[in-house]
Amino acid sequence: MKNKEILLGPLSKNNPVIVQVLGICSALAVTSKLEPSFVMAISVIAVVALANVIISLLRNTIPNSIRIIVQLVVVAALVIIVDQVLKAFAYDVSKQLSVFVGLIITNCIVMGRLEAFALSHGPWESFLDGVGNGVGYGLILIIVGFFRELLGSGTLFGFQVIPQIFYDWGYQNNGLMILPPMALIVVACIIWVHRSYNKDLQEK
Amino acid sequence: MNKQGNTYTILYASVMVIIVAALLAIISVSLKPLQQANIEIDKKKQILNSVNIASTSKDAVEMYAKYITDSYVVDVNAEKVEGLDAFNVEVAAEVKKAEAERKLPVFVAQLDNGDKKYILPIYGAGLWGPIWGYISVDADGNTIYGAYFAHQGETPGLGAEIEKVVFQSQFVGKHLFVDGEMKPVAVMKVGQKPLNGAEYVDAVSGGTITSKGVQDMIENSLLPYNAFLKSLVK
Repeated sequence: MKNKEILLGPLSKNNPVIVQVLGICSALAVTSKLEPSFVMAISVIAVVALANVIISLLRNTIPNSIRIIVQLVVVAALVIIVDQVLKAFAYDVSKQLSVFVGLIITNCIVMGRLEAFALSHGPWESFLDGVGNGVGYGLILIIVGFFRELLGSGTLFGFQVIPQIFYDWGYQNNGLMILPPMALIVVACIIWVHRSYNKDLQEK
Repeated sequence: MNKQGNTYTILYASVMVIIVAALLAIISVSLKPLQQANIEIDKKKQILNSVNIASTSKDAVEMYAKYITDSYVVDVNAEKVEGLDAFNVEVAAEVKKAEAERKLPVFVAQLDNGDKKYILPIYGAGLWGPIWGYISVDADGNTIYGAYFAHQGETPGLGAEIEKVVFQSQFVGKHLFVDGEMKPVAVMKVGQKPLNGAEYVDAVSGGTITSKGVQDMIENSLLPYNAFLKSLVK
């Protein structure tokens, strides 16, 4: 029961993006299209889960005064490995993601989970927590990416989904959706919907 | 041993750094050949792309061997430079040199219908990082047959639109020479025209700096080819 909560909690009631409001920066940067949102989500899941396990295994040996540095080194090393492996085996995907892979290092969720969870829990729980938070983050990214690509470019995963006849009738893609501020507004709408379903999250 | 003591902390940090450095070095060295091969395949794909030949990572090497019949390096006076492989010339370094010192790679493509196209590499700066591409020119040394642009980190949906066919296809059929003088194609905001009378295409909306970068890149990279392009018409 407890493990299930660790894994599924971050998907809704304890979501890192819409409840803890972490990782907003990358939710803004990569979500103008669905595809980079998707690959970014998978990369973050891999990095958070692995970093959580490694830090959890080392947690009794890390000197307290340099624990943040140790966490950073582990995260940075993992991200570089992910980047190198993508370049060697999935060159096309790595070209698409370009700088975003490196930016995973700065994602507050990664450090946040290491600090708040992995330092005080065992490897298995930490792994579940990492996967849960990664999926919670990715879920929001994909929802935001879906709306921004659909309304901003009329496509999904690069395929045209809004039929040509709409354009002939005078429909226009909303260029504002592609710009970063709209990511914030879409995230805000998600938070609004989420809170109106979960009354206990509403602040008095 | 005291886990909060200075000695332990310093030892811990040193050992960690050595282990991580060794690990990353091993990974980097062992993956290098694979990555290098990918980069070369990707370059071949890009060159083929500029003459509108789509290839996949699997057949790029084969297609390249089939269509790119010749490649050589020229200097600013259109004289061939011997002993250099056009494929290995670092265009990124060349565009920073003075025109007279540049090594200018040329790739010659022979299409299925026998037409010869000359492919010229270009390189410049966008908003966030480098942008580059290939322009293919008809045998008259004037008409653009195809254009391919790529970028490292332009904003998706904005500057990154330069890699889309919609943007690149605008260049097809444009001319590099106006009244016998070389005036490379300009990239202008809708409604504006270049002052020097050059032919022009529409910029990417919301990608002003990237569009300007494309224009500067084309100008800076193609002007040294002036003599070479003229020499194609005898």
